[in-house]
Amino acid sequence: MNRAGRQRNILDFTLSSLLRRKGRNAALVLVYAFVVFLLSSVVFLGLSLKEEAQSVLADAPEIVVQRLAAGRHDMIPESYLAKVREIPGVRTAKARLWGYYYEPLTGANYTVMADENFPYGRKSVVLGNGVERHLPPMVGRTLPMRAYDGSYRFMQIRETLSSDSELVSSDLILMTVEDFRDLFRIPEGVGTDLVLSVANPREVSTVARKITEILPDTRPITRAEVLRTYDAIFDWRGGMIVACMSGALMAFIILAWDKATGLSAEERKEIGILKGLGWETSDVILMKFWEGVAVSLFSFLLGILLAYVHVYFGSTSLFEPALKGWSVLYPDFRLKPVITPYMVSVLFFLTVVPYTIATIVPSWRAATTDPDTVMRA
Amino acid sequence: MAMIVLSGIRKVFNAGKPNEFCALEGITATIEPNRTTVLKGPSGSGKTTLLSILGCMARPTSGRIFLGEREITSLPERFLTEIRRKTFGFIFQQFHLIQRLSALENVMIPAYPLGEPKEKIRDRAMELLSLFDVGRKASSKVEWLSGGEAQRVAIARALINDPATLIADEPTAHLDSGLSREFLEIARHLEERGKTVIIASHDPLVFDADRVAKVIPMRDGRIVSEGAS
Amino acid sequence: MMQCRESTAFFLSAAVGLALLLLLFAHAGWRERAGRKSLEEKREIVRALGLTDLCLFTEARYTRHPAMADRFTPFQDHPFSLEHFPSASLFRPPPHLSGP
Ligand SMILES: Nc1ncnc2c1ncn2[C@@H]1O[C@H](COP(=O)(O)OP(=O)(O)O)[C@@H](O)[C@H]1O
Ligand SMILES: [Mg+2]
Repeated sequence: MNRAGRQRNILDFTLSSLLRRKGRNAALVLVYAFVVFLLSSVVFLGLSLKEEAQSVLADAPEIVVQRLAAGRHDMIPESYLAKVREIPGVRTAKARLWGYYYEPLTGANYTVMADENFPYGRKSVVLGNGVERHLPPMVGRTLPMRAYDGSYRFMQIRETLSSDSELVSSDLILMTVEDFRDLFRIPEGVGTDLVLSVANPREVSTVARKITEILPDTRPITRAEVLRTYDAIFDWRGGMIVACMSGALMAFIILAWDKATGLSAEERKEIGILKGLGWETSDVILMKFWEGVAVSLFSFLLGILLAYVHVYFGSTSLFEPALKGWSVLYPDFRLKPVITPYMVSVLFFLTVVPYTIATIVPSWRAATTDPDTVMRA
Repeated sequence: MAMIVLSGIRKVFNAGKPNEFCALEGITATIEPNRTTVLKGPSGSGKTTLLSILGCMARPTSGRIFLGEREITSLPERFLTEIRRKTFGFIFQQFHLIQRLSALENVMIPAYPLGEPKEKIRDRAMELLSLFDVGRKASSKVEWLSGGEAQRVAIARALINDPATLIADEPTAHLDSGLSREFLEIARHLEERGKTVIIASHDPLVFDADRVAKVIPMRDGRIVSEGAS
Repeated sequence: MMQCRESTAFFLSAAVGLALLLLLFAHAGWRERAGRKSLEEKREIVRALGLTDLCLFTEARYTRHPAMADRFTPFQDHPFSLEHFPSASLFRPPPHLSGP
């Protein structure tokens, strides 16, 4: 018996059988591809953001020290700097000044930061690309900013940060330290938090522990913790991910369930005829195997291709309402595509394999019926 | 070409259950090669059951079956299937063509698992369809065929693997007298080409036909008396 | 009536699909190389300003700066804000907050 010939003949037969119900099977492939598409889109987006975070934030401050007052993040006295600098291993320490600014005209939230090395003088700002995009229309090159006392400071827009850096800088408004203090009435001698650099990466945790001992009202956040925060993004336990995944899973279970229980009378009869015509049980199983493979392979390929296009060419536009949420400013960034053989094979095994099994298993009983049943039907 | 010998065949359905039913009892018979044999009997007399045992589709409860010199009674399923598809071609009472496939594709089905190149199967199928005068219907879907055409397609399908024996269950049940005669004509033709033909029927047109070599009359699962040869 | 075998069409289209899939790998590699310059730019800004977070979700403080959020921040913005902001549900609470 010619094995390859048998495979191809049975595959041919399976395909022309499937083509008999073009509409139904096309609908099946589309629904199934959509499930794969949702799943892969989430995976692509999540992996890309994680990788991006790891590489972009690789040079984030080794330690950030926050002061907490009654459980709330509070301003930190610059006198703490001296104490921190005495800890062995700490190379540099400086205070950051930053906060949030609600822009009443557009309703957007921005991150305002004082830059020690701000290249322009007072009453100037450098804007992130997203801020620039959302400037209220009547504003020319001057941005009116509402100060703590309700009066306005008119800031000259001197520069816009590159759109390439939007992933970190989209909502930034940079200005001098003096302007920052003036705008929000932050007294001299305090900062938002402290950033430290540590000479030896292995000493970071020791330094962090010392900080909590010396300054009990502070909380150190190490770079490793920052990076781990971004590992937790798109975690499958996140609410929306669970919703999306369980939706996909439900759709998939319904598909598989329909398969598993819905071996129609017609299909059963046809299997009986095949058995009566001299097909072995294994031939019938082979046919069902090819049926599962054909449907799920094309759904898989279609779904994953569309997901890639969606996430990396279409900026994940389908998820935008969820990602954007209530924020006015939605950063516009092109993610670095992440596609690995591992991830593709995981998606493959999560989709193609269960579906194929769900196709084969219910036909097993029909395939093992005695061939003579066809004589009386 | 092998003779088929049945000895003491007994078939019990639902053995041990309250609805136990003995469909065949003490069937001993010989089916000559290259001849036409008719199992004759009223409905329910066990013809279909006997055909499926003869054709290696089902196993008898007891008794022995020989195909030529070889006893095939207790061969495992795989070998039985192997023998069945090389030795027997079946024409079912309801034809059992697979709907929404073309006549040609239906004819080709039994040959697929043997792994022959598809072109060869296709050529042979076309040849058979033309032989039975339905070549023009090769690409029609089977549900559009008339009863007579459907039967010819079923006959072509039964012959695609070139079996020595053709088994037909009530082949004239769905045909008028004219088409029934045509069927008998085809059967005779096949016999001339060296096939063994086994027909189960309660249609006088079939068992009274003059070329029938042997009639096995059955009633209530038993052979009543040997028919004329 | 000699037409292309169904299995041939199947293998061809599967091959086309797989080729497209491989093309994605090629495209990803190409974008990664093309994106090196902008990655360097981003890292430069992170270094210069001492940034700690990606600007992904500007809805709330703890979604804009999840790494800097403290245990109570979510509730400062709104008592029900954990449910309030869709993007918040894309994150697990930062590990250094959920630990002991
Ligand atoms: N699978 C089965 N289970 C129980 N009884 C059966 C089964 N198959 C056939 N029978 C019974 O065996 C008897 C013979 O049936 P059958 O061989 O089909 O007769 P015929 O083909 O001569 O009409 C009938 O009474 C039928 O009800
Ligand atoms: Mg019958």
